[in-house]
Amino acid sequence: MTSSLRSNQAVLLAAAAFALLLGGLALAFYWVPQAPLEGFRQRIFYIHVPVALTAYACFGWGAWKALRLLWKRDRRYDLESYTAVHIGVIFGILTLVTGSIWARTSWGVWWSWGERQLVLFLVLFLFYCAYFMLRYSVEPGPRRAQMSAVYALFGVVLIPISFLAIRLAENFIHPVVFSRDVDENLTGSQAATFGVCLAGTLALAAALHVNELRGKRLDERLRELREALA
Amino acid sequence: MTAPAFPGLSYARDVAALARKDLLLELRSRDTLPAMLLFVVSTLVIFHFALPAGSSDVAAAGLLWVALVFTALLGLTRAFVAEREQRLLDGLVLAPCDRSAIWLAKALSIVAFLLLAEAVALPAFALFFDPVTAPMVAGIILADLGIAAVGTLLAAMAVASRARELLLPLLFLPLAIPIIVGGVGASVADDPGRYLGFLGLYDAVFAILSWATFEYVVTE
Repeated sequence: MTSSLRSNQAVLLAAAAFALLLGGLALAFYWVPQAPLEGFRQRIFYIHVPVALTAYACFGWGAWKALRLLWKRDRRYDLESYTAVHIGVIFGILTLVTGSIWARTSWGVWWSWGERQLVLFLVLFLFYCAYFMLRYSVEPGPRRAQMSAVYALFGVVLIPISFLAIRLAENFIHPVVFSRDVDENLTGSQAATFGVCLAGTLALAAALHVNELRGKRLDERLRELREALA
Repeated sequence: MTAPAFPGLSYARDVAALARKDLLLELRSRDTLPAMLLFVVSTLVIFHFALPAGSSDVAAAGLLWVALVFTALLGLTRAFVAEREQRLLDGLVLAPCDRSAIWLAKALSIVAFLLLAEAVALPAFALFFDPVTAPMVAGIILADLGIAAVGTLLAAMAVASRARELLLPLLFLPLAIPIIVGGVGASVADDPGRYLGFLGLYDAVFAILSWATFEYVVTE
């Protein structure tokens, strides 16, 4: 890909993200009918859940790139994996914040151990923060790339195992006082709004990913050139 | 050396040789295991003072698992120290054995250390708090396998970093959460079978993953 095509891709993704998110938020706040039981506060669902799903997608993408790195032994994948995990953590923080706000408006508390998704994200957040600690305490090089890749793989395996653990733990940790009934099926308009918001957050993550990757590759190239000249 | 009858036999021989080396080293230097024993008993005593009056009996069972995980961390931090200080790890990696054999041997010796530490911790727990039940012991054995599998790989990562002892708890504790859930569940829940099954699943999944990826952690 020539650099102009690459920069076009970044601009297009950013424009798509802007349009989809703006449209999605407009749909969520003005078009979708009010949820009968929960009321206005339910609308945060259209932000919280797409952000959460996007975080999972970023972690999965990071793990896929990590697998490619270990498989092909091509160090190019290291930066791609790293930026994916980085953006995943950003969306993870957003998930925790929006989830906390939702809990506060629903039950008056900023945190509820009964919210399985929130607890899972807390565990993942701790795990991926350790990813950065690992990365920054090892000298840059093939060793660091491989170790980061192995750790990213452990992360995606941890996601389902942690979810199982959290479900099993509910039987014996202190009784769940607050939990949300999420078994309701989405109506047509709700599903459409959700779809647009989800597409928007995924596009935003992709735009951020492409942008950050370009910046980091430029940094890398600059460093190589400087070392070659020195 | 003559070629072995089965291809797996030379692998098993490598693992046995490396595990024997680790256990002999510990037998002669006697630094890690006594520290783990003392640590776990001291921690149990601290728990007595940390649990307020009116705490349920099951709270003590939960705290036992905290003690076990942190004792395991103590042992794991020391796992590759000898290899690092004597530059042994490079030599082991250059040896014509499968790198995953290094992982398996180290994990087996960690399991041995953990079992020995628990042989002291469980009677102490039974003395200070509650009797030890059979599902609890089964849970402890399964948890040891999982801790050793994941902990050995993470210890190899930590030893290659600048942060060393600081890094291993950060890497290990999020991965230890499912072990704690499985172990405490096996100790206190009405249907321990489900939790023991979950521990078995954790062990299988992470042992396979650690075995497959260890090579990439120790080589360039």
